[in-house]
Formats: sequence, C-alpha cells, structure tokens
Amino acid sequence: MNDTANPLIEVRGLRKYFGAGPQPVRAVDGVSFAIREGETLGLVGESGSGKSTIGRMLIRLLDPTEGQIRFKDRDIAHISQRQMRPLRSSMQIIFQDPYASLNPRMRIRQILGEALDTHGLAKGKGERQARIAELLDLVGLRPEYADRYPHEFSGGQRQRIGVARALAVEPSFIVADEPLSALDVSIQAQVVNLLCDLKDRFGLTMLFISHDLDVVEFLCDRVIVLYLGKIMEIAPTETLYHRPQHPYTQALLAASPIPDPAQRHKDRPLLVGDIPSPANPPSGCVFRTRCPHALPACAETVPALAEVAPGHWKACLRNDLHPLSMKGTSQ
Amino acid sequence: MDQLAYVLKRLFSRRIVLVAAAVLVAVTALAVFFPMFSGVDPNAISVMERLKAPSSEHWAGTDELGRDLSMRIVYGSRYSIMIGIATAFFSVIAGTALGLLAGFFKKLDAPIMRVIDAMMSFPDILLGISLVSILGASLWNVVLALAIVYTPRVARVVRASTLVIRELLFVDAARALGVSTPRILYAHILPNLMSPVLVQLTFIFAYAILAEAGLSFLGVGVPPEIPTWGTMIASSLQYADRAFWTIVFPGIAIILTALSLQIVGDGVRDLLDPKLRKSA
Ligand SMILES: Nc1ncnc2c1ncn2[C@@H]1O[C@H](COP(=O)(O)OP(=O)(O)OP(=O)(O)O)[C@@H](O)[C@H]1O
Ligand code: SF4
Ligand SMILES: [Mg+2]
Repeated sequence: MNDTANPLIEVRGLRKYFGAGPQPVRAVDGVSFAIREGETLGLVGESGSGKSTIGRMLIRLLDPTEGQIRFKDRDIAHISQRQMRPLRSSMQIIFQDPYASLNPRMRIRQILGEALDTHGLAKGKGERQARIAELLDLVGLRPEYADRYPHEFSGGQRQRIGVARALAVEPSFIVADEPLSALDVSIQAQVVNLLCDLKDRFGLTMLFISHDLDVVEFLCDRVIVLYLGKIMEIAPTETLYHRPQHPYTQALLAASPIPDPAQRHKDRPLLVGDIPSPANPPSGCVFRTRCPHALPACAETVPALAEVAPGHWKACLRNDLHPLSMKGTSQ
Repeated sequence: MDQLAYVLKRLFSRRIVLVAAAVLVAVTALAVFFPMFSGVDPNAISVMERLKAPSSEHWAGTDELGRDLSMRIVYGSRYSIMIGIATAFFSVIAGTALGLLAGFFKKLDAPIMRVIDAMMSFPDILLGISLVSILGASLWNVVLALAIVYTPRVARVVRASTLVIRELLFVDAARALGVSTPRILYAHILPNLMSPVLVQLTFIFAYAILAEAGLSFLGVGVPPEIPTWGTMIASSLQYADRAFWTIVFPGIAIILTALSLQIVGDGVRDLLDPKLRKSA
C-alpha cells in the first residue's frame, strides 16, 4: 500500500470486529501501513478510534478478525499463541496505566526477572542480578529499588519500570500505548526524553499511540491519523503538521491547544459533534457527519487512501480543497 | 530467621490479633494435649448429676446424662476444630481450583458454573443431609459432605475475582512477554486472590462447626458418642429452657474459636498485602 522501504512490520487490510451479529463494533476497519526499521510511527485519533486495538493486534494480544501482519517477512496475524511465543521477545508493549500494568504482589526483581526467565536471557543468579540492575539503571532507577513493590513508586517511576520490563527481552519493536497520558505533565517530559534516548540507543522501531499531538510531533518520524477504525491520512510528521490535507487532520490540529494565541488561525475548522458509533458507522466517508466540506457524494463513496504527494496519503474525495497551512504564517 | 521474626512482629503488632492468636493456641493445645494426660472419660455418665448448674465441681455444669460439660467441651474441641479446619481446607482448595478455571478459561466457564449453580440451588443443610445419608454418618464423611456444600461458595467468589484480575494490564503484560498460561495462573492471578479466599476460609471454618451441629441435631451428623460442640448443643437442645448452660457453653466455645480465627485471618491477609507492608 504505502511505499515504505525496508519495513520491519507491515499491515494489510487489518480488521477487528468485536461481537457477532449484524452490527459488530468495527473497532478497526481495514487499515494498511508499514513501519520501517528504526522508525517511530505515531498513531493519533480521538478516544475510541481503534488505536489500542491496532497496537494490541500487532503484538497479538488481540486476534485480528481479518488481515495480514507481516513481521520480519512472516505473517503473524493468525499463527497460534504457541508459535507466537518465541517472537514475543522481539515485540513488546508499554501500557498507558502504570498502576495496573505492574502486579502489586511482585517485587520489581520478580517482575523484571520473569521477563528474563521467560526467554532464558540470564543464566545463573549472578547474571540475573546484574541484568536487573542494568535494566533499572537504563531507565534511571537505582538498583536498590529491585526489592521494592510497585506501590512504593510514583507513577513516573512505575512507567520507567514498565519500560524496563519491555526492554528486558531486547525487543526490536515496541508498541507504546499512550505511555504518558496517565502521568503528571512535569513527569511526562522526563519519560519522553527517556523513550527518545532508548529509541536512539537501541535502534528501536516504535508505534507511538497518543492523544498528545505535541509529543507525537516531537517523537515521531511519520504519523497516521485514525478515525472510526480507518486511516484518514498518513504523512511524514513535518508535512502532516504543516500542510495537513485531510479535513479531519486539519480539525484535530486546530483543536489542539496552541501556546501562542497570536499564531491561532482565524479560519481553522473546529471539530463539532460526537464521534459516531463504530457499531453503526456512516456510509461512504466515515468522517462526513462532522466534516465541514462534506458533499452529497461523500455519503455514497468510500474514499480510498491515495497518495497526494510522495509519502503523503489521504482518504478524502475532495481534491479541490487547499491544504491548510497550519502552524503560523497563513497564506 | 530474621524474616520470620519480622513477620511475627508485624502480625502481632495489633493487640487484638495477638489475643485472638493466643485463644487459638490455647484451644488447640487443650484439644491436643488435655485428653492425653487427664485420664478423664468425657462420656462418663452419672444419673445423680443430671442437668446440674455450673458449680465449683462442674465448671460448666452437666448435661442430661450427668456428663461434665467442661470436660466434654475440651474433648469436643478436638473434633470440632478438626471438622472446621478440614472442611475449610478442602472446600477452599476445590473451590479455588474450580473458580480459577471457570474464571480464566471462557470455554470452561459455562460447564463448571452450571454444576456450581445447581449445587447452590439446594439449601446448604439439605445438601449436607443428602450427602451424609448417601455417604454414611462418620466424622470424615461429615467433613467430605460439608466440603462439598461449601465448595460452590468459594468457586463463585474466586471466579468473580478471577474475571476482574484476568483483565488487568499486568496479565496482558505477562502474555505479551510470552509467560506460560500455568505460570500466569499461579504467579499472577492466584496471589491476587488471596484476600477473598482467606475471608472465605475463616467463614467456612465457623460455618462448618455450626453446620456440623445442625446435622447432628437432625440426626445425620457425627455419631453421638464422639463429643463435638455441635453434637453437644444438638443433644441438649430440648433441655435448654431448664438448663441454659448445656448450650451456652458449647456455643461460647464455637463463637470464641470462630471469631479468633477470623481476626487472625484478617491479620494474615493484611500481612500478605504488600501495600500494607514495608519492604524490609
Ligand atoms: N474487548 C472489547 N470488546 C468490545 N468492544 C471493544 C473492546 N475493546 C475495544 N472495543 C471498542 O473498540 C473501539 C476502539 O477501542 P480502542 O480501545 O482501540 O480505542 P482507542 O483509540 O485506543 O481509544 P482511547 O484513546 O480511549 O484509548 C471502541 O469503540 C471500543 O469501545
Ligand atoms: S470525503 Fe467528504 S466527508 Fe470525507 S473528509 Fe473528504 S470531504 Fe469530508
Ligand atoms: Mg487506547
């Protein structure tokens, strides 16, 4: 679909429907994309758009209803959990809620040790000990903390432990599912820096899911904009933020708070109304019920994701709209 | 050793837990050692001494056959405590296993819960009576019957908790790491079930002692020559209006023991919760 050289992971026609019957919840409805080795791909969209569902399917915490997930050139979308097991050391996840993601009955040593043991990554007690200390050091925690329980840590520290657990198995691909949104703003910056650091250091490939458009801009190489389980636009970060083509992206960017009010665009479209139910999505373009540029044709035809500039794809029927220049200088 | 001392220190830091533990130790010690050394026959009948009120000679009075109640309570503790502990132990093991399987594996949920619900649709005592009549009245059959009666209760509680814990993110994290399902059950789910299971354990201990009394009263309990607190109350119930002590003292023994176990159980539960414990 979208041309990406050297993909580590490539997704085609991925769907996840929850519930049987005539009106299942179409959480993810036919998405295709690829992530290059070493790339950080952002995934943004409103709550309920299917971001977590995509992330969970990529590492097979959820079984896809349909579609392909090629990881290192092998389709893992429908292989058994047993076949998945050896691959699990290559793909990890960092969760949003650092409180629920650590077992309250386990010491940090046991939490990290379990990751090592599961994949036979530390032989003998000494090596295990050393590796746990190393992992804690990696995420900026003191090695003495290994004998503590999760409740003795702050949210930010817990998230660091979650990162250490993910790194323990030396993965090449990490899904970060809103790893910041449960943290205080002051702590968020530290965790962003940590992720940035680790990404460079280990050449990690990452799917970074977030609500926070500023963080995505800072951290990601390319960005996918998701709406009701469908991709609206994909572009390199720079392009997407400065010349968004899809009306939904434009609305999202307009809705995000801007520090300097002088830079606020007068004619920015704003997002009004509620997101429709994924059990009963609108016909044609799913965004049409909230789109300021919708035409009658938008109810008839499902817009295909089409390349509008090299590496820049959008799913919108209208090509007569000016790409809105965001971020300052208007034209 | 340090660890043990620390654990005990924590456990007994609350005075009420200490008192309750002391009661349990005393009751158990009496139950185990007194019959060995006293040489008293708790079944000795004395027609002249029937239904005597508590006195310096008979601390807890005598029953309708003139047997000394204080002696019988001490002797009975042996059997009652054993019934309580054994019933609680077996029903917690069986109930936890069933509840865990039903709660964790969606395919097993319906079959297991259908049986559990069917069992729970019988009143406890009716199910107990039927089981003992089928199995035959003996001490171990009463334990077995009561364990079967209380298993569904534990299974339900464990299933409900498992359904919640299964969805928590740390279980997803373990699955994402490739941790095996048996290990997820044993290392991630089971430890987080400790609190509700421990509560059930102490409840069932008390219930079992009382239910054994009920079965005895209905004539399907432990054979009457074995003195249990239950059989004592059951056999004297018809004299209760004339001789209240015949049921009050065994009753106090039941309540005191059950309450003490409950308090100690709470203490242990708090101790098991890392949130209430400082890492040493
Ligand atoms: N296990 C499930 N069963 C049924 N529906 C589900 C399930 N998980 C998610 N959904 C539905 O699928 C849709 C997408 O959910 P998802 O969690 O992927 O959204 P999201 O983009 O991650 O949202 P958020 O920003 O709130 O995390 C939602 O409508 C949600 O209600
Ligand atoms: S296809 Fe129509 S409704 Fe959809 S985004 Fe484009 S203009 Fe709006
Ligand atoms: Mg989500």
